[in-house]
Amino acid sequence: MAIDIGGTFTDTVLINGTSDIVATTKTPTTPQQPALGALDGARRVLASAGANWGQISGLIHGTTLATNALIERRGAVTATITTEGFRDILEIAYERRYSQYAINLVKPDLIVPRTHALTIGGRMDAQGCELSPLDEAQVPALAAQLKALQVEAVAICLLHAYANPAHELRLKALLAQEMPDLVISLSHEISPEAREFDRLCTTIANAYIQPLMAGYLADFKARFTEMGLTCPILMMTAGGGMTTVETAARLPIRLVESGPAGGAILAARIAQETGEAQVLSFDMGGTTAKLCLIDDYRPQTARKFEISRAERFIKGSGMPVRIPVIEMIEIGAGGGSIARVDRLGRVQIGPHSAGSDPGPAAFGKGGTHPTVTDADVTQGLIEPARFAEGRLAIDPDAAASALTQDVGQHLNLPPEKSAFAVSEIVDESMASAGRMHAVESGKDLEPRVMIAFGGNGPLHATRVARRSRMNRVLIPRDPGVGSAVGFLYAPVSYEIIRSRYARLETLDIDGLNRFLDTMLQEAQSVVRAGAPTGDLSQRRVAFMRYHGQGHEIEIRLPDRALTQSDLPALQQAFEVEYSRQFSRTVPGMTIEILNWGLSVSSAAPALRGTANATEATDQKPTETRDILCDVTGEWRPAGLYNRDDLHPGDRVQGPALIVEAQTTTFVSADFSASIDGPGNIWLTRKTEGPA
Amino acid sequence: MTQTNTRLQVMWNRLLAVVEEQGQALIRAAFSPIVRECGDISAGIFDAQGRMLAQAVTGTPGHINTMAEAVKTLRDRFPIADMRPGDIYMTNDPWIASGHLNDFLLMMPVFYRDRVIGFTSCTSHLVDLGGLGMGPEGADIYDEGLLIPPCKLVSGGEVNALLLDIVKANAREPIANEGDIYALIACCEAGSDRLVQMMDEFGISDLDALSDYIIETSRRGTLDAIAALPKGTWRHVLKVDGYDSEIELHAALTIAEDHLLLDFNGTDRCVGKGINVPLNYATAYSVFALRCIIGADIPNNAGSLGPFRVTGPKGCILNAQSPAPVAMRHTLGQMTPDLVYGCLSQVLPDLVPAEGASCMYDLPLRHAPEALDRGDDLFALELVFNGGTGARPTLDGLSATAFPSGVWGSQVETTEAVAPVLFHRRELRVDSGGAGRLRGGLGQHIEISASKDQDVMLFLSVERVLNPAKGRAGGQDGAPGRIRVNTDGQDLPGKGEFRIRAGETLIFETPGGGGFGPPAERAEDALNSDLSAGLISEQAANRIYRGRS
Repeated sequence: MAIDIGGTFTDTVLINGTSDIVATTKTPTTPQQPALGALDGARRVLASAGANWGQISGLIHGTTLATNALIERRGAVTATITTEGFRDILEIAYERRYSQYAINLVKPDLIVPRTHALTIGGRMDAQGCELSPLDEAQVPALAAQLKALQVEAVAICLLHAYANPAHELRLKALLAQEMPDLVISLSHEISPEAREFDRLCTTIANAYIQPLMAGYLADFKARFTEMGLTCPILMMTAGGGMTTVETAARLPIRLVESGPAGGAILAARIAQETGEAQVLSFDMGGTTAKLCLIDDYRPQTARKFEISRAERFIKGSGMPVRIPVIEMIEIGAGGGSIARVDRLGRVQIGPHSAGSDPGPAAFGKGGTHPTVTDADVTQGLIEPARFAEGRLAIDPDAAASALTQDVGQHLNLPPEKSAFAVSEIVDESMASAGRMHAVESGKDLEPRVMIAFGGNGPLHATRVARRSRMNRVLIPRDPGVGSAVGFLYAPVSYEIIRSRYARLETLDIDGLNRFLDTMLQEAQSVVRAGAPTGDLSQRRVAFMRYHGQGHEIEIRLPDRALTQSDLPALQQAFEVEYSRQFSRTVPGMTIEILNWGLSVSSAAPALRGTANATEATDQKPTETRDILCDVTGEWRPAGLYNRDDLHPGDRVQGPALIVEAQTTTFVSADFSASIDGPGNIWLTRKTEGPA
Repeated sequence: MTQTNTRLQVMWNRLLAVVEEQGQALIRAAFSPIVRECGDISAGIFDAQGRMLAQAVTGTPGHINTMAEAVKTLRDRFPIADMRPGDIYMTNDPWIASGHLNDFLLMMPVFYRDRVIGFTSCTSHLVDLGGLGMGPEGADIYDEGLLIPPCKLVSGGEVNALLLDIVKANAREPIANEGDIYALIACCEAGSDRLVQMMDEFGISDLDALSDYIIETSRRGTLDAIAALPKGTWRHVLKVDGYDSEIELHAALTIAEDHLLLDFNGTDRCVGKGINVPLNYATAYSVFALRCIIGADIPNNAGSLGPFRVTGPKGCILNAQSPAPVAMRHTLGQMTPDLVYGCLSQVLPDLVPAEGASCMYDLPLRHAPEALDRGDDLFALELVFNGGTGARPTLDGLSATAFPSGVWGSQVETTEAVAPVLFHRRELRVDSGGAGRLRGGLGQHIEISASKDQDVMLFLSVERVLNPAKGRAGGQDGAPGRIRVNTDGQDLPGKGEFRIRAGETLIFETPGGGGFGPPAERAEDALNSDLSAGLISEQAANRIYRGRS
């Protein structure tokens, strides 16, 4: 069973021993006590499958609770202890403004005010040598200050602790004697990378949510155990692996953004099942769209992301968190994103969203501003009678009048042209975000297959794909609960990234092997707690760059101790990858490495067979519906199909709408759709060249 | 407005996305730390007439108008009839490109169906061009390194090997320079490819309609913003530290019906050290400052920039003429926003902030000349620190934050990992923010020494040591910058070359921003919050804010 607790809905998926989905459900999230909504979802899928609690052999859980606690500031009273002379790491940060022209810019709130920023004497250097000992005599005074400030959690981040953690460990031991109930997060455990600002922020975020998350996890476990659950519970992490409840309670920061990671894992899994080595996952929901590049069946990963942005979609406006994550870009483009016209007469979409309450104007729940969904309704792309299985009445007139009021009357356009404009702009912004992300990653979008899911992904997929010059799109089964399905394919895993500066030409091989061995043992012990038996695989990487450059390139290392004879191959691997990204190498330039990564994983569940589809047979629609064609801009009939009625081998020519319970797939006029063996919909662009 | 205009808007959005993509690609491939840390690059797309249609919003404003003008100059220099697909033109002439020799500007004609339909252009800061290197010590432009007049760098896809060899032979970092030049070439080519793809996708064969739409829409929006302003002329004089004697910068800002004119008439003459500023660069920072307040939501292009005009007498320090030395033109260039705001605050007192530290506090540290013989560590660090920004009319200033540049500060741990230096302290400087109803941002207090038994050379070119950031509307001045070696050492001037001996500690204090409004009007809870956070001392609170002694 997989349970994904989101901000609005809790998705629950049950699969059987052969990895077939036997039941799914969406239940409302219960923010006060999220475990209650999860129990509700679990009961429903068990009932629908006729199964009982004792039959559940594994429960995987992902939750936005950690993310929301950070956004809504519901964490503990937190203080920091940094090295004497460096009280203002947080205040000084990177000394920059995130928006160049914003005179009245306000910096993000980084949780700990200066009043709660304390220091202690003692200093390590960059190599981890002690320059001056920890000033233990200051500890009683520190404890007194923490008590006076009524601090519940403390983030300790001492300079160069990633190279030598002795002072952090000693300080924790001394403080714990004085204040046994104090929650303490140590920077070298949370994020052992150089760059004191990022490490401190990550440590703060962890300390801040730790009391809340530990309480939640204990409650969740107790409630499910009480119902009769006997199997272990594993938690989904942002890195796309699972971990035990105990590790999650110690490192709750790793749970942040775990929901969207599930979607990327699902896409990676389908990529592998269908043998597609280059994929873009496209997850478009009600408020945002999320994109992830997937190469060789691995979602792209990053070592850093941002939380609590002062401006949600502005890069650099938030608090950096350095943990291994599946890298996704998120833009404010969802079904509920609101359209307006700016003072230059330009149509602008989002980032404000009508969300699910009041929602788009067409939902008739009080929304008066036009949204992306209203534009889709007005273009005929949403069949009112079948939307959300008919549980939600759609009012096309309300959509049209909202569009006229906020867009059409400013630009002198009729509703359908306003709707067309809204779609063009929002689809272009998603395509641009994808292209930009690809460029920043040194990759290309064009050869990729888009795997689209989420409530609005299948509806916008062909339109975004065309603008990204992508010719193939895949819509998986159950696209509405994609993230929860993805959880079921995740391995138990743990990744550590640690700093150790070296130059390739003068690498201390023995020292490095000992360093990596320590990381291996730490990762193995975490993974073994969640996967006591079975083979474990490991993956070692170095983040290399030319001396003087800022951009690091991830290079795979052999999964064993290194020897001197490996070095030429590493240099070559770096040059090959550098050359792929930048079209050339820089002979004679020194190669340096600051960070090293090591991950340990259990084996993922076996792949399902992909029965080949039989010869394609064109299906004629029994019903049609008039839509505004996105290729020609003219009204024309589109075939209307139920996804459940389509079978492997069936082919449908665009324009067409394929409707299912939680979403609609729009087949643009220049695409055709066919169903493969496992039931995925493949959308293929018919013509090249100008649209 | 018609359906066509939506399509034009989509294409405009696409162009904006393309220049950002180009800019990112250039930053990723760059070798120069100033590019990596500050995004000191630019990328733009131009129509066939050389009018700028889109420009990347990058880290520093130093390229805002310069690129728009540079492309016009290059386009006029080389006949379109002689251009062939795959050609790329180049120059680093400070008076054409971006104010000093390190900035290389490339321009590539874009062909569609055998016809030039536009241009892509980009600029990047190269690490070294020979001469005396980055510093104010050159007596003229010839001391400062290699100047390459406008020329063809790539001909039909073939790089001019001799030219590349000359650049490499005249630089201390030939490999990095070669890497940066290839990155610039790739950036131009990528922009050109994307532009052609867009034209295919949208079925257009020239940029005329798109170009007119972008420029007209932006011009109209800018003129609307200008129309809302009071009309007249406002003057201001800003005194700055200069190299060895103080300098006056003069400005007269005229707001007319359909344009703004900034005139530097009255400004002091050029000096014999490389802090002189070519007009293109002074214009970039001045217009940036104006556009932060007037029409900030309109993207940079020929239409939005057109109504902003800047002039100044030839030979004044903000309109330096060749062969004046200009290597450190950013030191005073970054002061021009405070000069401009001195005028604009008289017109828009509720929108314009107080003066800030403004000039970034570069801290270039290098090994001493004898290091090679002694076997010391060889290194070159380009550390950048910032002071506080001026208080805004409704908000306190930002502490330790870059403005007007968009530079990123450095991290202690990564700095100590790559060079033999040790930080002893890096904290906010108590009481350095100018007092006021709104407080200026605080500067920093930094202490640094060699971590090994070796001397370290320091090259200074900073401002606001003698002339602190002034407060506005009754706000007090921020603390001046202060630089010394050891607590009992003499204060160093803001410019020059100094040696920090092994065992000595450099104390580097960056300036605070000016305050806004009378300190007595500061809200009691804001004052108490500053006190409990330790941003101001009890004495300062009593003396300055509460009028007690």
